Amino acid sequence: MIRFDRVSKVYPKTSRAALSELSVELEKGEFVFLVGESGSGKSTFLRLVLREERPTSGQIQVAGKDLAKLAQWKVPALRRQIGTVFQDFRLLPNKTVAENIAFALQVIGKSRKEINVDVPEVLDLVGLDGKEDRLPHQLSGGEQQRVAIARAFVNKPLILLADEPTGNLDPATSVGIMKLLDRINRTGTTVVMATHDQSIVDQMRKRVVELSGGELVRDQSRGVYGYVR
Amino acid sequence: MHVQYLASEIGTGLRRNLTMTIAVVMTVAISLALFGAALLIRAQAETMKDFWYDRIEISVFLCNDFDTGATCATGAVTNEQKDVILSTLEDNDEVDEVFFESQDAAYDLFRERFEDSIADNITPDQLQESYRVKLVNPEEYEGVVSSVSGLPGVAQVVDQRALLDRFFRLLNGFQVAALAIAAVQVFAAVLLISNTIRVAAFSRRRETGIMRLVGASNWSIQLPFILEAAIAGLIGGILASGVLIAFQAFFIEDILVPAFQFTAWVGWSDVWSIVPILLLAGTGIAAIASFITLRRHLRV
Repeated sequence: MIRFDRVSKVYPKTSRAALSELSVELEKGEFVFLVGESGSGKSTFLRLVLREERPTSGQIQVAGKDLAKLAQWKVPALRRQIGTVFQDFRLLPNKTVAENIAFALQVIGKSRKEINVDVPEVLDLVGLDGKEDRLPHQLSGGEQQRVAIARAFVNKPLILLADEPTGNLDPATSVGIMKLLDRINRTGTTVVMATHDQSIVDQMRKRVVELSGGELVRDQSRGVYGYVR
Repeated sequence: MHVQYLASEIGTGLRRNLTMTIAVVMTVAISLALFGAALLIRAQAETMKDFWYDRIEISVFLCNDFDTGATCATGAVTNEQKDVILSTLEDNDEVDEVFFESQDAAYDLFRERFEDSIADNITPDQLQESYRVKLVNPEEYEGVVSSVSGLPGVAQVVDQRALLDRFFRLLNGFQVAALAIAAVQVFAAVLLISNTIRVAAFSRRRETGIMRLVGASNWSIQLPFILEAAIAGLIGGILASGVLIAFQAFFIEDILVPAFQFTAWVGWSDVWSIVPILLLAGTGIAAIASFITLRRHLRV
């Protein structure tokens, strides 16, 4: 589903590589934790998958497409197959829960009919039915993140990228979010989650890919956060 | 892209940035009003050319007994000289027709035009015989004038086009001045539009960021901004058209036309042909300026 082949990324005006010679392959339907300290290259990895950045060298394949050969005008089509969730939720403050989710469908040209079906369905999935008319500031952090996940998943993407989705949440709330991501993963969606949250990684026992200084230092199925070498 | 969604986006965008939008509308309106004025001046020049060039001839006045110029050194024009002048005129391709006006005919015209009391002091032999020349193409008078003006027996060649051309040069000057000011204003309008769009793109970076992320096409991300600018430009064009229509109705039709009836003036057909240009220019300039700005300031 996502394949990096000797991918390096050096940002302009920096000397150190954000990623160097990274080769990793994530299969369809996998749940993968991307761990490593700040500056280890996790965010760069996610940005490369979204083609927000292009690698300095190496090949990236996402959903069967070679990103180097992907024309600029086809990038939106790529991104429609990838849902993205962030630590800071990134909801529109002046839109209700339902409007926030509908917005993601409106701007890619979905019909009102489809929206009227898809939005309640995904609200039900993330456990927010009944709260569709609330504004984001009327929700708890965990609920806001559920809205963000609903927005990322409403278009049934092949891949869900989550960049520290529990970073702003307390442990109990985080567990709920992880259950939700796990449920989404069970629908066949590949989930890639960058995180610092040790207890979550340890509990989930999923594949762990660890980066350090832009290099792959560990790739372990059913791993834990702190690896005893 | 939903029409309703698009409309509400544009509506909030224009309202959120109302002061800047008003500034854009006003500069666009002023620049286009000046541009329209320039076009109207050109139309006026064309109208006057059409009107006058058909009525004007080249007059080749011939020497009489009283002329003392170098070409009249031999006194009144002789028949041989007249033949040479006539054939010179008739051999010229630009000449359409030549009429001969005798001293008596000139005297009759003179009597018609002025009071009898003045005409009583004039005798036909004090007036000049002349050839009146109509041209094929009224613009091409200079060659004809120079071909006969030095000939013996020719006292003077009067071309009324030359007089008119001085007037047209004046009109042309007005037109150039209006265009120059319009160009400066257009430049200011483009900078204002660019800045407005930059502010709008910044204030909506959250929305556009999400749109980008969920895979909205570049076009659908940029369209609300471009339409917003285009609408402001269109309003500017409408205001400029209003100014032009008011100018035609209240200044040209009500004041100039009654006051100067001897000449032709631009009509409503000229105004109606300029209005669509103004509307199109207003919309187009704003849309293009915003499009170029977005390419630089809205990452997609």
